[in-house]
Amino acid sequence: MNYQMIIERTRAYLCLDCGKCTGSCPLARVDLDYSPRRIVERVVAGEAEAVMASPQLWSCMTCGMCSARCPSNVDFARFIIEMRAEAFGLGERGIYAHNGILQEIMRIQTLEVHQDRRGWLTDDMRVSEESDTLYFVGCLPFFDVVFADLDVEATEIARSAVRLLNRAGIVPHVSNDERCCGADLLLAGDVDSFRRLAELNVEAITRSGAKQVVFTCAECYNAFRTDYPEYVGALPFEVTHLTELLAGHMNSGDLAFEPVPGTVTYHDPCRMARYLKVHEPPRQLINAVPQAHFVEMEDNRERSMCCGSTAWVNCSGCSKLIQREKLAQARDTGSRLMLTTCPKCQIHLRCASRDLAPEEKVRVEDVTSWLGRAIQG
Amino acid sequence: MEPFEPTILTFACNWCSYAGADLAGVSRIQYPPTTRVIRVMCSGRVSPVFILEALRHGADGVLVTGCHPGDCHYLSGNEKAVQNVEMARSLIQLLGIDPGRLRLEWISAAEGSRFAQLVTEFTDQIRELGANPLRNGHMGP
Repeated sequence: MNYQMIIERTRAYLCLDCGKCTGSCPLARVDLDYSPRRIVERVVAGEAEAVMASPQLWSCMTCGMCSARCPSNVDFARFIIEMRAEAFGLGERGIYAHNGILQEIMRIQTLEVHQDRRGWLTDDMRVSEESDTLYFVGCLPFFDVVFADLDVEATEIARSAVRLLNRAGIVPHVSNDERCCGADLLLAGDVDSFRRLAELNVEAITRSGAKQVVFTCAECYNAFRTDYPEYVGALPFEVTHLTELLAGHMNSGDLAFEPVPGTVTYHDPCRMARYLKVHEPPRQLINAVPQAHFVEMEDNRERSMCCGSTAWVNCSGCSKLIQREKLAQARDTGSRLMLTTCPKCQIHLRCASRDLAPEEKVRVEDVTSWLGRAIQG
Repeated sequence: MEPFEPTILTFACNWCSYAGADLAGVSRIQYPPTTRVIRVMCSGRVSPVFILEALRHGADGVLVTGCHPGDCHYLSGNEKAVQNVEMARSLIQLLGIDPGRLRLEWISAAEGSRFAQLVTEFTDQIRELGANPLRNGHMGP
């Protein structure tokens, strides 16, 4: 087994045993048995088998807060992901949330499917197969079905994205051949299915002739920017987040917004906050909307707290406690509307907000859908 | 070329439909040998995941059967089955799989002939649709 390789690649051998990781971990704060420090320590000390058999291997949310603060620069999120890949090979699985339906949807897409996933497009939107710009929708149409009970309005993100692109003078291509980005399978140890999805996506996008791919989902964006080049080689197209693209258009003056009155705050998803370090574009856009009053949460940008669950694995009472703390931080700003750039953060936090008393509720919405309202005047 | 013989996965509830299938057998009613029956305690136990997984592993059709509305042994399990099958149907439509490959039917313990008739009918329907296109891909874990 390649534990030694994992230890070397993630610099785990440099661990000083200082415990900053455990002190920063949002999960360790609510699950007193969980300790990133101890997990690293045990693997380095040769107890990797025991760690792989432990349910705690699947509890990490890979939010990266520990690595951001580690004085030795140990890449703990990657350490966990690679350990999970080894454990997956031995038949270990985390506890799949939602009965594993999302993993099943992702794995079906590794096969020969001819999807019918563009039903959310409406007549007012301009799209073109000839376009140089492809809008990567991701799992949004599936979220609307699976999370119908939460009223997640996932495809509203996609509709707003196309309208915003149109307003910026871009007619994007929306493909029926794109698959799930597969990031959640990679995070849950299923490397083979992830690689297959990555190959299929790169192939489909290359075939479409697109030179630029635009994302609204932080996880898809991170998968393409960070993981795809590593697993399937350099990409023959550019990747950008919609907020980065729109912020550029706003600065050059060819995009303006109508007023949307109210106080809003912004939750940086882990992938944007700590993996890709894209902090300012969403803030620039929010601040450009007239009559919108933007207030920062106490923990923002690289310090942003996780939404409590990733990879659709091991969602638990602990996730709920983390989510409640996040919502409390949002309430402390005086705002009752928290914007984000990850549809999964939106799902998780809407789920947590549902259980709160009416006066404690916080509405969670994607920046994209919110901006969509700012161009409808 | 040999005619296409579909493989149909049938989920049958312990209290009504499985007994109905059993009655079809003991009454020696003839029906095509295309179906594999899995007994579940209630049709409400059939998660959308089971349906998708069956299709991913190459089943040409999935038949979910339960007690008639109002007759569920657990009072409302079959109402849950309606929701689950509807969710699965929406998902397979997005994935481009013909929704005709999925069917939900009510079969009581006394309806052996209905079980045989439904399997015959569904087999014909799947023959029209042809083999499950997902059979052509690689099989994930």
